[in-house]
Amino acid sequence: MTFEEIYQLISAKFPDLEIGQPEETANALIVKSESWLPVAEFIAAADELKFDSLHCITGVDNGPENNLEVRYNFFSMTHRHWLEVQIILERDQPSVPSVEKIWRTADWLERETYDMYGIVFEWHRDLRRILLEDDWEGWPLRKDYVEPQFYRDMPVPKDKSGWE
Amino acid sequence: MGVRQTEEMVLNIGPQHPSTHGVLRLKVKTDGEIVTAIIPVIGYLHRCFEKHCENITYEQIIPYVDRCDYIASMNNDFGYVLAMEDMLAIEVPEKVQYIRVIMAEMNRIASHLLALGTFGLDVGAFTPFLYMFRDRERILDLFELTCGARLLYNYMWIGGLSHDIPLGFVEKTYEFLDYFLPHVDEYNNLLTFNKIFIERTADVGILTPEVAINYGVTGPNLRGSGVKWDLRKDEPYSIYDRFDFEIPVGTGIKGSVGDCWDRYWVRAEEMRESVKIIRQALDQMPRDGDVRGAVPRRIRPPKGAIYSRSETPRGELGFYIISDGKPKPTRMKMRSPAFTALSVLSEISQGWMISDVLAILGSLDIVLGEIDR
Repeated sequence: MTFEEIYQLISAKFPDLEIGQPEETANALIVKSESWLPVAEFIAAADELKFDSLHCITGVDNGPENNLEVRYNFFSMTHRHWLEVQIILERDQPSVPSVEKIWRTADWLERETYDMYGIVFEWHRDLRRILLEDDWEGWPLRKDYVEPQFYRDMPVPKDKSGWE
Repeated sequence: MGVRQTEEMVLNIGPQHPSTHGVLRLKVKTDGEIVTAIIPVIGYLHRCFEKHCENITYEQIIPYVDRCDYIASMNNDFGYVLAMEDMLAIEVPEKVQYIRVIMAEMNRIASHLLALGTFGLDVGAFTPFLYMFRDRERILDLFELTCGARLLYNYMWIGGLSHDIPLGFVEKTYEFLDYFLPHVDEYNNLLTFNKIFIERTADVGILTPEVAINYGVTGPNLRGSGVKWDLRKDEPYSIYDRFDFEIPVGTGIKGSVGDCWDRYWVRAEEMRESVKIIRQALDQMPRDGDVRGAVPRRIRPPKGAIYSRSETPRGELGFYIISDGKPKPTRMKMRSPAFTALSVLSEISQGWMISDVLAILGSLDIVLGEIDR
């Protein structure tokens, strides 16, 4: 199925949702955070779509004054088509419903996104940091992240010569 | 008379343990000797790959990508440069395409040799490991001949390669293939059809296709569950559509479909297919051409985002790259195949013995450098 057909199918099922297309990535859906869960259940179960594989979850920070985003890349092993879903979130309280019960792979991928961006995945059964220590402060991949001076009384090296 | 008490026990494995393939810590909840749940604790090797990438240029990322999966660096480079070339719309010369496929497949053999050897080691077979390392060494020698490095190559560049293949490389590679193919049978005699090995791995840790897909397991682990899915065949990238090769899948020869032995078997058979691909690529490869001809002087991808994936020895490696037109990426996300493979461990280990956990872990072939990034 092409993206246009997928788009038609989803927007026909959810006429009251605002489903848009972003400018920079042509083949993607923009879904509101509140309406994400029914859409997710629909694309996983509908026979024509059957997105059985969640490939990747990417957190995006659009700059210190801008929004955060979560992007999902889906693939259907049955029908061999792709879908990208983007959810735009407020910077001060980013939260999005978890889909880890639908796609179990979302469990760790959502934890990683939480770890790096502080995006809260509601109703996730085990939302903890995954790559960093539990007592780490801040969300490292946000653009306005400031590295701590000390971690557990150990100085964090500040020498960045050779980076640029 | 004391009251007999039973309670759940938590057994800690790692982070320093020979069977965890790096620094992985497993919190194993056990009921007697039966495993009820596993909580993997990862992040010991976290090197802030994604944060670093936002501060360095696209060319400088290649060595970092090397270090993510240090067992199959060529394949990682390949995935990254494919994504970048897609973004920049670069046409890569024929010769470069062929050399890349040859290198990637050789690295696949080297990676599988390590995976199978250490898997044997995990369940107590020491000798096959040395045999496999002996042959892996020959591949590393060929890589050293080409680019000077034995493990972290920085060989594939965006639009080209760092070096052309040296004089005599083609002959030496043919020689290696002739030498290597009979040795696959030797491994089979030593390990694959060894009765003790079969007892330890067949019917253990069965991963059903539904669970595998739901957990995002890819690569040989998915094919071990009987799913015929290989990006090289199903969505051919680069020039993989020009070669004739089979996709081995698990069929439950020694036990049931999707057990540890099937995952092992898929890797063993894939080495033969890689040999086939390399031989065809060597035959077809144009002998002259400039490998640096299409390397762009300035890399500034247009504004936009791309998700690209490729097949590495561990599964599907994905890159989500967002560019805002500057020489550094705004966002670089690496979707690591070993990360999702490890997340299924708890699910498939439930109900098995503690010693089986190490067999299951070994059969998943994880690389911690790629999981922690």
